[in-house]
Amino acid sequence: MGRRTKTFRARTALYRSAAMLSVAAVLAAATSCSPTPDAAGNKTLKIVYQKTDSFTALDAVMQDAKKEFEAANSGVTVDLQPIQANDDDYGTKLALAQRSTDTAPDVFYEDTFKVRSDVDAGYLLNLDSYLAKWGEWSAFDEAAKEAGRADDGAIYAVPLGTDTRAIWYNKAVFRKAGIPVPWQPKNWEDILATARAIKAADAEAIPFNVYAGKATGEGTVMQGFYELLYGTDSTLYDEREKKWVVGSQGFTDSLAFLKTLYDEKLAVSPAEALDANVWKKVFGEWFPQGKLGATVEGSYAPSFWQKGGAYEWPGYEQDMAAAMFPTQKGQEPGGVSMSGGWTLAVGAKSKNPELSFTFLTTVLNKKNALSYDINNSQIAVRTDVATDPGYLAANPFVKDVSDLVKVTHYRPATADYPRISTAVQEATEAVITGKKSPEDAAADYDAALRKLVGEDKVLEK
Amino acid sequence: MRIRRFLRLLPVVPSIVLLMVFLLAPVVWSFYASFTDAALSGKGARDPQWVGVDNYARMAGDDSFPLAAWLTVVFVMASAVIGQSALGLLIALLMTRSRRVVSSWVGTVVVAAWVLPEIVAAFAAYAYFNRDGTLNQILGGVGIQGPDWLYSFPMVAIILANTWRGTAFSMLVYRAALADIPRDVTEAALMDGARGWQRLAFITLPLIRSSIATNLMLITLQTLAVFTLIWVMTAGGPANASTTLPVLAYQEAFKFGDIGYGTAVASVLIVLGMVFGAVYVQLLRDKRA
Repeated sequence: MGRRTKTFRARTALYRSAAMLSVAAVLAAATSCSPTPDAAGNKTLKIVYQKTDSFTALDAVMQDAKKEFEAANSGVTVDLQPIQANDDDYGTKLALAQRSTDTAPDVFYEDTFKVRSDVDAGYLLNLDSYLAKWGEWSAFDEAAKEAGRADDGAIYAVPLGTDTRAIWYNKAVFRKAGIPVPWQPKNWEDILATARAIKAADAEAIPFNVYAGKATGEGTVMQGFYELLYGTDSTLYDEREKKWVVGSQGFTDSLAFLKTLYDEKLAVSPAEALDANVWKKVFGEWFPQGKLGATVEGSYAPSFWQKGGAYEWPGYEQDMAAAMFPTQKGQEPGGVSMSGGWTLAVGAKSKNPELSFTFLTTVLNKKNALSYDINNSQIAVRTDVATDPGYLAANPFVKDVSDLVKVTHYRPATADYPRISTAVQEATEAVITGKKSPEDAAADYDAALRKLVGEDKVLEK
Repeated sequence: MRIRRFLRLLPVVPSIVLLMVFLLAPVVWSFYASFTDAALSGKGARDPQWVGVDNYARMAGDDSFPLAAWLTVVFVMASAVIGQSALGLLIALLMTRSRRVVSSWVGTVVVAAWVLPEIVAAFAAYAYFNRDGTLNQILGGVGIQGPDWLYSFPMVAIILANTWRGTAFSMLVYRAALADIPRDVTEAALMDGARGWQRLAFITLPLIRSSIATNLMLITLQTLAVFTLIWVMTAGGPANASTTLPVLAYQEAFKFGDIGYGTAVASVLIVLGMVFGAVYVQLLRDKRA
């Protein structure tokens, strides 16, 4: 679910419309005949994954894995079928393809937060017996293994990598405002004080951006609201009680913080915040041009700036730095981060599950995992990759963002989560546009939540 | 006798079959799905259950639904009925009186917007109404600081864009209708001393009434279904301020994977189209009686 937010924000209208067309194409394909598998041992594996203009790292690894796998398994053809779409539309197309045995992929790229509901839908193959025979499974980080576990306790997907969220700040802008770097805010008040100082030094600068509103979708909550909320004494979801939290002070406080940022013009203008492409300006214009002080963003941020990235910026290594997002009042553990990530899974309808799993292990072997984690600025989930010198030297921020795993949180991956996330995004939008006070927006969220999950699944806190 | 009638029907059978398969079947399926909890993921994907009118009951309590229904009606009334139809009629009337050069030039300009594919027209409109777009640059040229149209007035921008895009169709329909008015009727009215507006109200409009009704019917159904234009320009935002029923149906079905509820919204859209259609048919019939 981490990578999700990166491309999630790439929700350009063009992708949308193109996606509508391709959804229709997938539907059409689902009704047409599929090539009959050759009886004479010539087997084809269909691999479905995501590829966009700014996300080609997985495609590169898939190409490598295809060569490697075909060389080792003669008679087997790997049919790579990258889908050009943002995260939302990728999920839709994948789900549509899953509905028929003719179109269902053998191996596919799957968002961690969709694992549980897609297992419920019967799309994923139980991998327990296959993993038991795979020696390298022990190289995976224990916590990361949980990403592919469903409600029945079995593992259905294997993680490719994970991510964290940090405050990315431009040292040049900070120095100009007389703020000592390296900088590490202790609490929310520190952030506001710093932002005000930057504003005072340069009225044209955007001191501290935090995404808000529905346009930036999941990016709004993953790179913004949750860093605030999880740093208060409340949470979104009570994992122990399996209930959603309503009426929390932390929720209102988080909205109030956003209101202060936007009211005092310390962030972007509300109109800019509600432009789905605002993240492109953050990475491609404002940071490189020294107009933006800081933003909350994912550990993958350097992948945009490094050589071959969507917004190449040779100076980023000198100018940029990462700080931990602080808790509200500096309470333990001192910082907050959010994590997600994507996995590979085998289709439950696959005619060649054994071969499919072998292909999955080829993609995730040490060599391929290493190159994927480096090229996509992912935080490694294989312990042997995490300690590899090549991985540690990939960019100057690997250690900073990897350390955030200690304070990170995961979203509640329930089937109704996407709707709840949208309700949170609506609350932020109402506040930054001045339509509602933080108290009213929080009350609206509570009402929406009660309606979505039902009275017996909420918890007053 | 019966055989003959059957044989006479034979040539249209293929088209009936095609209509059933490609037009009626999806509508029926969508209507059926709206009574189930079908979904893209989760239990509703594995084994959809019949839930009766639950999805429709849910609409009543869903804040975004009444707003979307209202915005759809506003969008159709403003951009199709008033915008495209009235503007198209006005242009057609002016063209009958203007010089040939002027009228063919105007015709070309208006039709140009119409022949653009919807996605291209949508991007053109986005580029025009954008905060740094053409409109605000023009306004800036005369010293006016334009607002952020897509953010502050999303419905206005969408209505104008759809009017711009669709006026040509109405104009062409009305030009053809006006050309069919017998010259002697107009001349007789002129002899009786009818003024311009009187000729319009009592001669021209009644004579082209059936063209007006047909045109309204067509552009209403077309406008009800507009999706790309809105999605590219505002994606239904900000804060659902431009979420019409097609946008809502798309979001529910594909963003939230809730096929059941999404198709229920789509079914309401179909019903709305039928209501508009019935009103037009009624208008047409009353006047003739």
